[in-house]
Parts: sequence; C-alpha cells; structure tokens
Amino acid sequence: MLQLVLTLIIYLILVIPVGRYLYHIAAGKHTFADPVFDRADGLIYKLGGVEPRKGMNWKQYVLALLGTNAVMMAIGYIILRLQSIPLLNPNGIQGMEPTLAFNTIISFMTNTNLQHYSGESGLSYLSQMLVIIFMMFVSAASGYAACVAFIRGLAGKTKDNVGNFFADLVRITTRVLLPFSLAGGLLLVWQGVPQNFSQNVVVQTLEGTYQVLAMGPVAALEIIKHLGTNGGGFFGANSATPMENPTILSNLIELYSMMLLPGACVITFGKMVADGRRQHQQSKAAESGVSVQREGITARLLGKEGRSIFLAMGILFVIGLSLCYWAELQGNPALAAIGLDQSAGSMEGKEVRFGIAQSALFTTVTTSFTTGTVNNMHDTLTPLGGMVPMLHMMLNCVFGGKGVGLMNMILYAILAVFICGLMVGRTPEYLGKKIEGREMKLTALAIIIHPLLILAFSALAVSTAAGQAGITNPGFHGLSQVLYEYASSAANNGSGFEGLADNSCFWNITTGIVMFLGRYLPIVIQLAIAGSLMKKNYINESAGTLRTSTVSFAVILVFVVYIFAALTFFPALALGPIAEHLTLWG
Amino acid sequence: MNETTTKNAFFHGLRQSLVITFLLLLLCGFVFPILLSGISAVLFPSQAGGSLVYADGRAVGAANIGQDFTEPYFMKGRPSAYNYNTYYEDEQGSRYCSDGSEFAGLGSGSNNYAPSNPALTERVEADIQAFLEANPDVKREDIPADLMTASGSGLDPHITPASARIQIPALAAASGLSQEQLEQIVADNTKGKLLGIFGEETVNVLGVNLDIAQAMGLVGDVSR
Repeated sequence: MLQLVLTLIIYLILVIPVGRYLYHIAAGKHTFADPVFDRADGLIYKLGGVEPRKGMNWKQYVLALLGTNAVMMAIGYIILRLQSIPLLNPNGIQGMEPTLAFNTIISFMTNTNLQHYSGESGLSYLSQMLVIIFMMFVSAASGYAACVAFIRGLAGKTKDNVGNFFADLVRITTRVLLPFSLAGGLLLVWQGVPQNFSQNVVVQTLEGTYQVLAMGPVAALEIIKHLGTNGGGFFGANSATPMENPTILSNLIELYSMMLLPGACVITFGKMVADGRRQHQQSKAAESGVSVQREGITARLLGKEGRSIFLAMGILFVIGLSLCYWAELQGNPALAAIGLDQSAGSMEGKEVRFGIAQSALFTTVTTSFTTGTVNNMHDTLTPLGGMVPMLHMMLNCVFGGKGVGLMNMILYAILAVFICGLMVGRTPEYLGKKIEGREMKLTALAIIIHPLLILAFSALAVSTAAGQAGITNPGFHGLSQVLYEYASSAANNGSGFEGLADNSCFWNITTGIVMFLGRYLPIVIQLAIAGSLMKKNYINESAGTLRTSTVSFAVILVFVVYIFAALTFFPALALGPIAEHLTLWG
Repeated sequence: MNETTTKNAFFHGLRQSLVITFLLLLLCGFVFPILLSGISAVLFPSQAGGSLVYADGRAVGAANIGQDFTEPYFMKGRPSAYNYNTYYEDEQGSRYCSDGSEFAGLGSGSNNYAPSNPALTERVEADIQAFLEANPDVKREDIPADLMTASGSGLDPHITPASARIQIPALAAASGLSQEQLEQIVADNTKGKLLGIFGEETVNVLGVNLDIAQAMGLVGDVSR
C-alpha cells in the first residue's frame, strides 16, 4: 500500500518538469539543448525539403500524417517478409507469413503493439531494430504530433495553422524520444537487461541439462517500448521476463517511462490553452484597462484547464487501481478450496519480485496509459482484477497513450459541457468557443466508433467458428478473452489475455482492421473538430458560463465517462468478468 | 488551384514523407541500438552480455533467469509453463524436458489459465501432491502460494523466503548439509525490498543451488 502511494507521489513530482519541457518543444520555445538539436534538425529538414516554419491547415496535416504512416508501413511490411536473409539474423529466423505480417505492421504503426507472434522465434534482430524499434519511435511521435496539432487548434492562436507535421515528427523524435531513450536504456542495462547482437547462448546447468538463454538488443527496444507507450515486448512474456525487467528498479524505470509523457501531454495542453487565453485577455485588458488576475500554484504548473482534466484522469485511475489491487489481494477461491493458502493473494501468472502491489499497479498503468506492456499475465488475473484493465481500455481516456488519451478526454469534456448546457438551457461552450451542431455530431461519431468496433467485432468472433477457435479458457472467461482482444486493439493498447490462440487468419485480419480504424478514424475526426473550433471567435465569459477549470467539472467529467461506459459496455462486462466473479465466489 | 500545382504539392509531400521516413529509420532503427550497445559494452559489459554465471570457469546459467531443478538436494523454484527453457539431449540429439515432453525451443510465458479454469486447479493439486511427497514434514496448509503457482514469464528466478525455508529440512536430508548451513545459504541469497519499501523480499534459487553445490563439493570456483 505504502509503496503504491509513494510511487504515485514520485510520479507527480517528476511529471511537472517533463511537462514543462514537452510544452517548450511543442510551442517551439527555447530550451537549454537547442544549440545541438537545432543543427541536427536543420540537417534533416534540409535533406527532406521540409520548411518547418510553413504551417499546414488541419486537412493538410492529416494527409501528411496518413501519407507518411503509409510509406512507413510499406517499408516495414517488406522487411518483415524478407527477414530470413542472413543479415543480423544469428538465430536463423524465417520470413513472416502474410496475414501475420499484415497484423504486425498495422499493430506497430498504430502504436498498438498487439503481438500475434513470439519475439523469441518470430523476429530476426534486423526486424526487431528496423521494424519494431523504428516503428516504436515514429508511431509515438505521430500520435504526439496529432495531439499537438489538436491542442494548437483548441488554443486558437491562429485561424487555420495547426503546425507543420514533419517538423513536429522530427522535433519530438530527436528532442524527446531519442535522448530520453538513450539515458533510460543505459539505466536498464545497468539493472541487467541484455544489449548485444550475439546468438542465443546454450549453457550446461549444474544438473547436466541444457538451458537456452535469450540474447539480443533488448534494452534498446525495452526503453522506447515504454517511453512511446508502445508495449510490444522483445519476448513473448513481455516485461514479465527477467530479461526485459530483471529488478524492482527496472520495473519502476519502465513504469515511469510510460507514465511521464502522457501526463506531460495534459500539462502541455493546459499551458498552451492558458497561453491562448492570456493573449486574448491581454488584448482585451489593453482596451478596457482591467489588469489580468494572478493565478494559483497548481494553475501555473498545470494550466487551469489542464488541471481539471488531469484531476479527472487521476480520479478514474485511482479508482481502477484500488479495485484491481483489492481483487488480486483476495486470492483465488478455487485454489483455497483445495487447501492452498491464499493469504499472499493470487500469485498465478505473477512474478515474485513484483508481488501483488507492483503487478496491480503495472496492470492498471499499462492499460490506462495504453502501453500494453505487461509484468504479469492478464489472462490469469482474478475476474474483477482483469476487468479493470479491460474497462480502462474501453474508456480509453485515462491519460491514454501518447496524446491520444488526452484527445479522447477532450471529447468527453465537450460531451460534458453539452449535457450540462442542456440541463440549464444554454448554448454549451468550451475553452471560450461555442460548441455547435457540427462539433457535437463529430464528437458523437468519434465517441461511438470505439464501442462499435469492440462490440461488433466481439459479436462476430463469438458467432463464427473461426473466431471461437481462438478461445482457450472455458466458461465466461472465454468471452472475456475475446472482449479483451478487441478492446486492446481498438484502444491501440496491445496487451492481451495471452491465452487466446490469436495467430490465425481470422484473428490477424480482424484485429488488424480494428487497430487501423481505431487509430486513424478518431485522429481525423478530432483534428476536424479542432479545425472547426479554431475558426470561431472567442466569446466572453458570463455568469451563466459553465466553468471548466474547477474541481466540480472534473467530477462531472468522471461521471460522464462512467455513465457512457456503463451504457455501452455493461451488458458485455456482465456476461464476462462479472459472471465469472459470481461463479467463483458464489 | 490548377492541376500542375496540385501535382507538384503531391510530389513534394511524397518526397518529404520518403526522405523523413528513411532518415528516421536510420537514426532510430540503426544508429540508436548500435550506439546503446557500444556504450553498454564499455560501461556494463557483464549485464549487456546477459549476466552469465560461471562455475569452474564454465557458464551454467544467468543470474536473473530461473532454472528447472530436479535433484533432491537442490532447491526447487516455481512451476514453469516453458520448463525454464531447460532440456535434456539423448544420443540421437532429440531434446526433451524433465517431464518427458518434447522441448519446443526458446519461449516464455505461462499457461494462461483463468482463475476459474479447472485445469489450473488440477495442475496445482498435482504439484502439491508431488511437493508433499518430497517434503514429508510439510503440512498442506503451510505451503506458500508462490511455490505452487506458475510465474508470468515461466523464467522467474525467485521464490519468497517462506517458500525457501519450508524446503530446508528435506534439502538437509538429501544434501548432507546442516540446517544451519542451509539457512545461512538462503539468507545470503535473499534480497530485501528496495529502500525497504518497493517490491518484495526474494530468494534467488539458482544462487542458493550454486552455494549448495559448492558446499557439497560438486563445483569449485563460482563467479557471478
């Protein structure tokens, strides 16, 4: 308990400076490292013919993002199919089968990292580097770029310029992801994560038997896997393996590297929106001669609007974490029935060095921040403990992956002001802009896509023989396996109830489609909303305006999120994890 | 906007996409892992190479990775769905695990049994029976849960201190070492929580067994 509280307090201390740094990168402000990075970026822009100062409107931005992602996917697909060539392939791995390569490439480009292969036997070192590690960087940078463009739209400094996609992509990669990865990667090697290009080692043990020990450039993949909220492991069992995550310290490093940047995105949002507001107010203040109010400390650190969003996300997170931790501590009544002491909690599928507390924390973090890395096996979680990660992927707005979670939460915020507006009979407004028919239609569309993908495809899977063939656990848990797989795909999370036998044509193709739509449709719609809002003029705050920077708005937001989730997902959850819980404890 | 400018804009966009992709591929997918390997090899050569453990100058395992032990004088770790990637080789060169099944090659993970899966209860029951047979002094309700449940990775190198203590009487009988000697060995291989707060107390099973082997004179010089 104490270690959970302390871990989160340290997070709150760390996230503020990182958020500040990210804000400076996003807003194009000066940082201490500019002399080095300006030169490196300048060279890249020159070679690529990029004019970083040339802004794009939201449509051009979306096209640049989609086009670049398409080019990356094409190159990655070719490498996966041809990986059997003897280049950085000491373990003689074969080329990848077409549907699996289709699934894998979408999975990594969309920042999902759902893995239907096992890294030990499915990928050469060349693929691990040129496809997996590369995509982990650029998919995170793409998501972040989309988020920054979205924030620029909401902050509304100009009428149609959301920034330059290529400049955003390069800046976030060279100034945030690469330097953080190099430092974090070294820390991981220090803790015992392998980083080499040797063949796997076979040793003869004390008993005269043999043991194969996995090698490879593990640390390089490991650090960007978390930093970019990617989640695809070098090995099948991901961060549960002692190669990827050998100690409690490496566990904390991985935990923080996946939590810091999504939290920092919220701070970036708060500060950039506050900038836009201040600019607007100052121009008004100059006219009327009224001085601008001073702000409190949290408002200055997080930005007023960022603060209420951060608080709402924090409340959702802590509720989920508490439920997961409590459920895992209760142990497994089926094992208690055959006389195995369960006072230590449910240890099946967990590592001794992490225990219940750090496992529950990692599980909640990986699904809230949509990373998808696991340090214990989610399929073996107790029913309610396993429902928390599933629910957080269904909500998809509890911090969320690089940028995307924030964008989803803003949609819920728009929904919340709309509902509140209906109740008091006023035109809803958010961040000083009127929310009208066009924005509400787009918001509703974006919010509905996620449950539609999860529930429709789950229905398809359980009603076809090809889908049912993947289910490996009997009873209600079988439905949970299916739900989890599609929730993970649609939320671009990538963790799994790994028992699911998912490397089949059906599962490869359907989850590939879900990941693709779950990633790009919302991004396009969200940028369209931002594009539409930025064209509008600021309206003056009046006594009837719903203040969105308050604690009570954060609470309203939490309720809106839960009510929406209950309306869409409760029936499915009742048939899966809740039914399993009742049979186990009944 | 006329047709040629649209076309030009398209090709300009495509050129930017292609060149930026290629440059980032080189930077992130190639330069970064090689740079990290280079620095690691200088600063942390042992860890970067997989933290191998040597006995009599020969690699016998890795410090962070568990192993499958069957001899009665060696401490047992947790059940593993992948037999800790440990296998025997017969004269024909075919590989099989200690339970007689064929060795499928390098892997990691668990059986992924749901808590409600009857197969889980069956596996645990069978393991409890076998453990009680090997440790006749132990009562069923005293067995710690971690010793009978499979880890997530199938490679967990640790057990809890309680799981180590409970094996000591049987180990003493089989190895000829005294209980005090074994308790000391377990204490030497126990690691506390980080700063007394984070994580759990762990006992490294391979470490314990290396010390047992050394104390019994099976191996001489050990380096980790």
